[in-house]
Amino acid sequence: MSIMETTGLGKRYRGTWALRDCTLEIPAGRVAALVGPNGAGKSTLLNLAVGLSEPSAGVVTVLGGRAAGSPAALDGIAFVAQDTPLYKNLSVADMIYLTRGLNRRFDQPYARARLDELGIPAKRKAGKLSGGQQAQLALTLALARRPRLLVLDEPVAMLDPVARHDFMATVLAAASADGVSVLLSSHVLTELERVADYLILLSQGQVRLAGEAADLLAAHGQASLEELAMAYLRETQAAEVTR
Amino acid sequence: MTALTVPARPGQDDGRLRPVPWRRMAGVTWRQHRITLAGAVVLLGAVAVWLWISGSPLHHAYAAAVACRPASSPACQNLIGAFDVSATSNLMGNKDPGGVLLQLVPALIGAFVGAPVLARELETGTFRYAWTQGFGRWRWALGKLALLAVVLAAATSLLGTLVSWYFQPESGRLFEAAPFGDLFSLREVTFPAWTLAAFAVGALAGMLIRRVVPAIVATLAVYAGLAFATTGFLREHYLTPLATASYFTPGTSTAWIIGQWSAKDGKFAFAGNPPGSLVDRFCSSLPPEKAGGPNGFAQCLAQHGYTQWTSYQPASRFWAFQWIEAGWLLALSALLIAATIWLVRRRAA
Repeated sequence: MSIMETTGLGKRYRGTWALRDCTLEIPAGRVAALVGPNGAGKSTLLNLAVGLSEPSAGVVTVLGGRAAGSPAALDGIAFVAQDTPLYKNLSVADMIYLTRGLNRRFDQPYARARLDELGIPAKRKAGKLSGGQQAQLALTLALARRPRLLVLDEPVAMLDPVARHDFMATVLAAASADGVSVLLSSHVLTELERVADYLILLSQGQVRLAGEAADLLAAHGQASLEELAMAYLRETQAAEVTR
Repeated sequence: MTALTVPARPGQDDGRLRPVPWRRMAGVTWRQHRITLAGAVVLLGAVAVWLWISGSPLHHAYAAAVACRPASSPACQNLIGAFDVSATSNLMGNKDPGGVLLQLVPALIGAFVGAPVLARELETGTFRYAWTQGFGRWRWALGKLALLAVVLAAATSLLGTLVSWYFQPESGRLFEAAPFGDLFSLREVTFPAWTLAAFAVGALAGMLIRRVVPAIVATLAVYAGLAFATTGFLREHYLTPLATASYFTPGTSTAWIIGQWSAKDGKFAFAGNPPGSLVDRFCSSLPPEKAGGPNGFAQCLAQHGYTQWTSYQPASRFWAFQWIEAGWLLALSALLIAATIWLVRRRAA
């Protein structure tokens, strides 16, 4: 089963294509990394996958053929958006209450226990938490929904190295222990190695490379995903400059 | 740091989904908007207390004046006089700015409760959280807006009842004020309708503008425009005014005078006061003390075949007008809320 499938997917904003002719099939059970420079179309693709925006062209389905944004799709996908938006004036307990109220499933004991582990007090306002704690809270709320697919848009971009490491550890624990499929975007290439086993490289709104990490490395003779991604991005940028 | 706690295995019960029940939205809306709602309650409560404090003496004065026997005695006339004074110097008498201040209540609710509902989500990015939960985004928007609307309507309906209570002595036996006054839009029927319209304008403005402060400004502007257009032009046309061949002196009748004109030989002659040329022709001989006011000239012109006409809305139409105004405002609110939800459904991130 594929966790996300797109065919000829495109999105146009005011006449400019942010994403063009994107055809992908991401198998379930992977931690898939969507990599590319800023403005490559990563957020656009994720927004389409979670149903926040509508395609201008093509089709996107998730969780084995469910239309993106449909009730069935929303039920099985948890999304942590860029900068982990939370209601800053609500307490951690309120955020739990809200997420529980808005979903069919919510693993409250998990959420409580996880936040205890992280030392995040339930009474504190979400806006008073550190950046790392806010990211962890958003992630905990997402995982407590027991999703089959966890979508993360630039989850670590704003975090310091320690918080970044802790955040990814939580993601990986959920992925390995529960078989949650993960689709995350990042323009930070470090740590990719440890995290991703599926890679999608985007630049200028187009998919440049997609596949299992191991296969890609073998096929391109690169030592690490970081080097592979870097080599590809240099190439496409050079092509853009000479054109 | 070790991540020991992991969520239980996701359920595979995919087949047919029962949607998340609507009632959950009650708790969600309350948690998210309790501060705003508390603010609205404080505002409405303060207005209610103020109405009570300034309305009680009026009710006492009225009760004392009505109970006084024999009514023609000097003591009773004094009580009636005292009531008249307080009745004309309060809200209804246009000498108090309160009536105008009360008109601001729906505007404030629309601006500070309605406009931020969606604008804040869009401005801070939290819509990305709210719209990707299992509840579904249009259901989320409908549930939230409907709940807030019902609460606001109930609260303002109570306040409107208090305004009507305040007004009671003035439509009693001693004194009859024109009901189509400044307070027309603040009674128990129209007040919630205006509040809902302002709330709906705010919600739509927030969805279109996507920023809190500009949405608040836009809401205030649109509400002001709607209120002025309604009071100034629209309201008098709800029902065709009655016309009568007589002259109502403004201020002495409970009817709402729409227009006054004179006719001669069944044809329209002039509107309002007689033009100077006509007065000079027919009434130049009128002694100055009798010429004062339009009545003097009216009597003079009547001798020359001019009849005065008045078109008016009788006070008996008050409740019909209340329901007509509430009706179109509710229809407008429903339309605006529907448009807002359509936009929530359609809007690309």
